[in-house]
Amino acid sequence: MKTMDHDFAITLDVGTSLANHTGSWRTFRPTYVHRLPPCNDACPAGEDIQGWLSFAEAGDYEAAWRALTKNNPLPAVMGRVCYHPCENACNRAQIDSAVGINSVERFLGDMAIAKGWRFTPPAHKSGRKVLVVGAGPAGLSAAYHLALFGHAPTIHEAGPAPGGMMRFGIPKYRLPRDILDAEVARLADLGVRIEYNSKVADLQTTMKEGGFDAAFLAVGAHIAKRAYIPAGEAAKVLDAVQVLRSMEGEDKPLLGRRVVVYGGGNTALDVARTAKRLGAEEAIIVYRRTREKMPAHDFELEEALEEGVMMKWLSTIKNVEAGAITVEKMKLDEKGFPQPTGEFETLEADSVVLALGQDVDLSLLNGVPGLEMMDGVVHVGPDMMTGARGIFAGGDMAPSQRTVTVAIGHGKRAARNIDAFLRGETFAPPPRHELASFDRLNTWYYGEAPKTMRPMLEIARRSATFEEVVQGLDESNALYEARRCLSCGNCFECDNCYGVCPDNAVVKLGPGKGFEFNYDFCKGCGLCASECPCGAIAMVAEEI
Amino acid sequence: MTQAKTLQPEEARQKLKFYQKGTFTVGNRLVSEEERSVQASEDRSNALTSGHRACQGCGEALGARYAIDAAMRATDSDLIAVNATGCLEVFTTPYPETSWQLPWLHSLFGNAAAVATGVAAAMRVKKKKTRVIAQGGDGGTTDIGFQCLSGMFERNDDVLYICYDNEGYMNTGVQRSSATPPAARTATTPAVGPSPGNVFGTGKFLPKIAVAHNIPYVATATVADLHDLERKVVKAMSIHGARYIQINVPCPLGWGAASCDTIKLARLAVESGLYPIFEAEHGRVTQARKIRKQVPVREYLILQKRFAHLFRDGVDDPRVARLQAICDAHIAEYGLLGEDNEV
Repeated sequence: MKTMDHDFAITLDVGTSLANHTGSWRTFRPTYVHRLPPCNDACPAGEDIQGWLSFAEAGDYEAAWRALTKNNPLPAVMGRVCYHPCENACNRAQIDSAVGINSVERFLGDMAIAKGWRFTPPAHKSGRKVLVVGAGPAGLSAAYHLALFGHAPTIHEAGPAPGGMMRFGIPKYRLPRDILDAEVARLADLGVRIEYNSKVADLQTTMKEGGFDAAFLAVGAHIAKRAYIPAGEAAKVLDAVQVLRSMEGEDKPLLGRRVVVYGGGNTALDVARTAKRLGAEEAIIVYRRTREKMPAHDFELEEALEEGVMMKWLSTIKNVEAGAITVEKMKLDEKGFPQPTGEFETLEADSVVLALGQDVDLSLLNGVPGLEMMDGVVHVGPDMMTGARGIFAGGDMAPSQRTVTVAIGHGKRAARNIDAFLRGETFAPPPRHELASFDRLNTWYYGEAPKTMRPMLEIARRSATFEEVVQGLDESNALYEARRCLSCGNCFECDNCYGVCPDNAVVKLGPGKGFEFNYDFCKGCGLCASECPCGAIAMVAEEI
Repeated sequence: MTQAKTLQPEEARQKLKFYQKGTFTVGNRLVSEEERSVQASEDRSNALTSGHRACQGCGEALGARYAIDAAMRATDSDLIAVNATGCLEVFTTPYPETSWQLPWLHSLFGNAAAVATGVAAAMRVKKKKTRVIAQGGDGGTTDIGFQCLSGMFERNDDVLYICYDNEGYMNTGVQRSSATPPAARTATTPAVGPSPGNVFGTGKFLPKIAVAHNIPYVATATVADLHDLERKVVKAMSIHGARYIQINVPCPLGWGAASCDTIKLARLAVESGLYPIFEAEHGRVTQARKIRKQVPVREYLILQKRFAHLFRDGVDDPRVARLQAICDAHIAEYGLLGEDNEV
């Protein structure tokens, strides 16, 4: 309709295109999703690594530490002894090199100790008592999570100090004891009670006397496996557990000038490196297979070789006499098993240390009905409960890869299930998100940033002292490292979706709040999903 | 107009380099608001707002918002746009509706540069500081509007002319323009006969012609590099006189590509060397954007149906090598490989 208000030849009022809801064109709808980062997927302790790195990236280290310790109470320990499966899974490895997650974790753990950060105690106490047997990583982790749930955990520890294998197995040059003590003290501060030199001989009696509602067993595996080797009377044969344990006492083990270690695991390397530090001129590891077949981690072998530890591959010890051993050369058959060759060799050796693995002392379980043992360990269900109701077990005494991190994960899982058990419920783990695999990412958007190497202690000092070999990162290095995280599968507010939408159909909600789609105008072109660096947008078919 | 903004994107780019992620993204939560792109801001003007009728994944709609939003910020929103006929005019402003959030004028297909000259003159007469942008597609710029544009350059009128180059007349049904690349199939260069698609050896690369006019500023840009694009628009708005920016804007419809691949295609055009990104001042090339991760042009071509005839029966047509030779020539001419020393 022509009105008098309009200029010549104008018949209609000017309108805005906002009246035109182009969302009706859409056949696919973008949706914000969370996908599981490979690091989180790989972490045996179930850490939300991407989550805590995102705080560290912003320089909020306390928030990062608090997010980290939701799942793992020992980050300073973990940042030293964890074999970081997270880094092996890291998508960044396919761009340049994996994010140094472990070094950032250590940085946060050390900062927490330096700044005296404490855990927030639970708001409510349940009054329920839980017995934890063993103050190793599994026991400490379980007690921590139980305390956070408001329960009252008491740890009975057979030894004189906390840590289990973290203290009596891992040498000081890998884990300084003041670090371990500081993190355990923080747990005690939260209300975790630890009774030392208090070996549980009879579980049922201890539970009854203490009025415990449930128990978590984590006594570890401290009995060295032996192999039958003919040995002369004057021959000096020790085992790795004994050697590493006695390192914690006043009297250091007397190993002599030439030390032979028998075995191919990380413990064998620990003993050989310890022997070098105690003054041995030669530390030789005798292993029946090859380097490729060695169960020890490659980086630990590298560190040992740097320190002058020698390797005798494809060899078995046939006989031990005072001052010398006889080894037989082996060869691998088609299946990769070592077979004897009949060729012998004599090596000078003042002592032989057997590092052939460890067994569990299961004597405390005598008389507990319902328990099942398999291959020398206690059988547990997915909820970590043994065959006996209310009795849970984890760590090295349960089926496990026997690492500190796995033990910490066991402790957490057991605590969650114990908490549910105490409330008469069943713990249902939350559903896992779809994996944020490398092909989900648009890696164009990540800058080139090679990994920061951790400074290493010079070789000379490593062979003579028990100072820590691997050093930490300083703040700027740790920040740089944290910022290398790709944030796989989870929005990091890069504004790409908001920027690349040709239809202004992405609404920015403000810092920390992310974005939402305005489906009135979204045409479903999919640019936001294609250009999302971290794979946090999925295109879902519309029902038409 | 705020002159002070001019150096900031340069500085921001340097600072952004320190950050390991978000360097190439639109925004970055780890840097201050001022250091982020215009498009990262909740306060961007959205000069080309929602509800427009561009196809899904339209590169031109994206490029136009990127450029005009940056110009709006650089001029404190004291800006008038003059539009040539073309997709950008048709999809934004079907009478009486418009998507433009600034004073906007459309006259004819070929006279945008001349109309902008007139608007700039009018502002001068009225003693206003309002800045003027003329904009159009490659058809309205390199073919139909070329005479008006050359005149505007030659007179050094105070206008920034922005060409959104989607390499054809997409609005009228994908006909060839003088900016259509060799071998591309269009409605007027069908993929039939002994030399299917557009011919080799013709067409014009208008940025070079603009440089030859010795005007104060000429630049090419791409929707695949927002930071570079915004920096160039801001720089152009800090200069008075005739300026020309040509932005590569992929067209999913005309190129026969997936709507979600618009930015990817723009990126591949740059990273293959097919679309050189550079800037020139007063007749001399002063900066070229280095290729970051070089790709063969094949990767760019194979995503587009307009080049499908080059890959029939699983065999690469010899024309692919000829297109690669064009890329290689660009790389040599503009020095597109090597370290980026200027930023």
